[in-house]
Amino acid sequence: MSPVVSLKNVARYYRRGAERVGVLRDLSLEIEQGEFVAVMGPSGSGKTTLLNLVAGIDRPDQGEIVVAGERISSYSSRQLARWRAGHIGFIFQFYNLMPLLTAEQNVELPLLLASLSKAQRATHVRTALQLVGLADRSSHRPAELSGGQQQRVAIARALVADPTLLVCDEPTGDLDRQMADQILGLLQIVNRDHGKTIVMVTHDPKAAERATRQLHLDKGQLIDAATLAAA
Amino acid sequence: MTHFHLVWAGLWRKRVRTIFTLLSIAIAFLLFGLLQGVNAWFSGLISDAHADRLIVVSRISQIEPLPIAHLQGIEQLSGIRRATYVGAFSGVYQSRGNDVFVLATDPEALFDIYPEWRIAPDQLQAMTTTRTGAIVGEALMKAYGWKVGDRLPLTTSVVKQDGSSEWDLEIVGTYNVEGSPSQANRVIINYAYFDEARQFDKGRVFAFIVSIDDPARSAPMCAAIDALFENSSDETLSQDETAYAQAQLRQIGDISAMVNAIVGAVLFTLLFLTGNTMMQSVRERIPELAVLKAIGFSDGMVTTLILTESVLLCLVSALLGLAVAAAVFPLTESLGIGGGALPAGVIVLGVAIALMLALVSGLPPARRVQRLTIVDALAGR
Repeated sequence: MSPVVSLKNVARYYRRGAERVGVLRDLSLEIEQGEFVAVMGPSGSGKTTLLNLVAGIDRPDQGEIVVAGERISSYSSRQLARWRAGHIGFIFQFYNLMPLLTAEQNVELPLLLASLSKAQRATHVRTALQLVGLADRSSHRPAELSGGQQQRVAIARALVADPTLLVCDEPTGDLDRQMADQILGLLQIVNRDHGKTIVMVTHDPKAAERATRQLHLDKGQLIDAATLAAA
Repeated sequence: MTHFHLVWAGLWRKRVRTIFTLLSIAIAFLLFGLLQGVNAWFSGLISDAHADRLIVVSRISQIEPLPIAHLQGIEQLSGIRRATYVGAFSGVYQSRGNDVFVLATDPEALFDIYPEWRIAPDQLQAMTTTRTGAIVGEALMKAYGWKVGDRLPLTTSVVKQDGSSEWDLEIVGTYNVEGSPSQANRVIINYAYFDEARQFDKGRVFAFIVSIDDPARSAPMCAAIDALFENSSDETLSQDETAYAQAQLRQIGDISAMVNAIVGAVLFTLLFLTGNTMMQSVRERIPELAVLKAIGFSDGMVTTLILTESVLLCLVSALLGLAVAAAVFPLTESLGIGGGALPAGVIVLGVAIALMLALVSGLPPARRVQRLTIVDALAGR
């Protein structure tokens, strides 16, 4: 079976004045369907850049990225937008919900891009909110919810369109330990019971322990467990 | 939920700011509606004027009266269909501020020269049997609640033989002006009664109104009339009605230029206000807009959302302002510079300007959103 995510010799550079700084260098990686991968590493190691590339919101300067069977590294921004709508669910550290929309409306957002009837959209939204345990808070606005509840809404939004891949950027970074555990438990359920492939960037070793595989990045390159242990 | 919900939510993100912006735009378009309405009213005066009607006044000054005997000379010229004279003065009904404009004339001739002034024949006939009779424009009748048969006491500056300046008239009829009902705003009385009853300026009139057979010959006809009285003590200045109306308006100033300058300045200021509001609104929502892009909204879709927001804000506000202008415009009649319904052309022009304003002020923030890089926006760069 071919992997859901495949990166071959990917490099990403940024310009700092006249200087070209390599954030990811010659990185190759494969993630199989149903894996829950935690990406760890110090600040500036390239974790978020890797996540952005996998999610199709950034493009590599070199190399090839294939996700869900599509070579997204050669896509135009319009093609990428359409591709993301069908394949990627995003979970951000600061939830990034629309403040004036209710939980239900926030979850419905990705479905505005799908050709579904109003009734079908309502069913999907209800199911997603039930999955994250917030069916009774559907008419609340983000400001009326706790941080943990907002992140649950964000997870429901990420799941509602049934994406191929969930990408999570420090999903528990803004939560206390108890809330973080609940959110990580929820992600585990989504991965184990619903077979969703998850790529999660985190600083938190406890969060990473919930994943089925851990990747370590340093200076833009993956390092193996032995090197890590030696370090 | 639809895309419209997103636009609506974006619009009301900062409620107070949106309300203030909405009110500013609405007030600007209220001003636009009223000023353009007045402008259109003045233009209407000129376009309604007829080239086959000549106005003959004194060459010295428009307020200098002319001898009524001039009429005979004018009538003898070939090409004249009908001519009459008018004396004019203003009167006050009951209290100051209730000013009415009175024309003393030969009513039968006047209504013949102005066929668009419509009156029932029996009411016109009644003027011949009622010396103190008055025919009042329908707009004026409506404004003061008068009806045929009412007494109409007017205080004027014209002193009568008995030393009083109170003129007691009787309303015997009413007229309307076809196509311009708001212009039916005068009181028409018998010149014979007026001239006999007044103490001064007897046998003199304010102007002659002349109907000619061929409007194409208005210029030579004017020249012929003026030639009749050349080197007399009462030289005349004849103009066709259009030129006369334009000359009258020029005395006030270039209304159109003034109105356009004011409206232009207001709309130019509004452009910055709306543009700034939209830009600020977008700046505050950069992370949200980046999320929309991240979950699959294309650059074009997000740009359209912002432009729609701008159009909605400007259009709703403009329609509000224009609606108030349409409601208030009929009241300008009391100022003597408008009245009637706000012309549909003004509303259409207003809506077109609002749309243009929305697009021009919405484009810079929309382009900013279009160029927004998701990664940078989410990282707060």
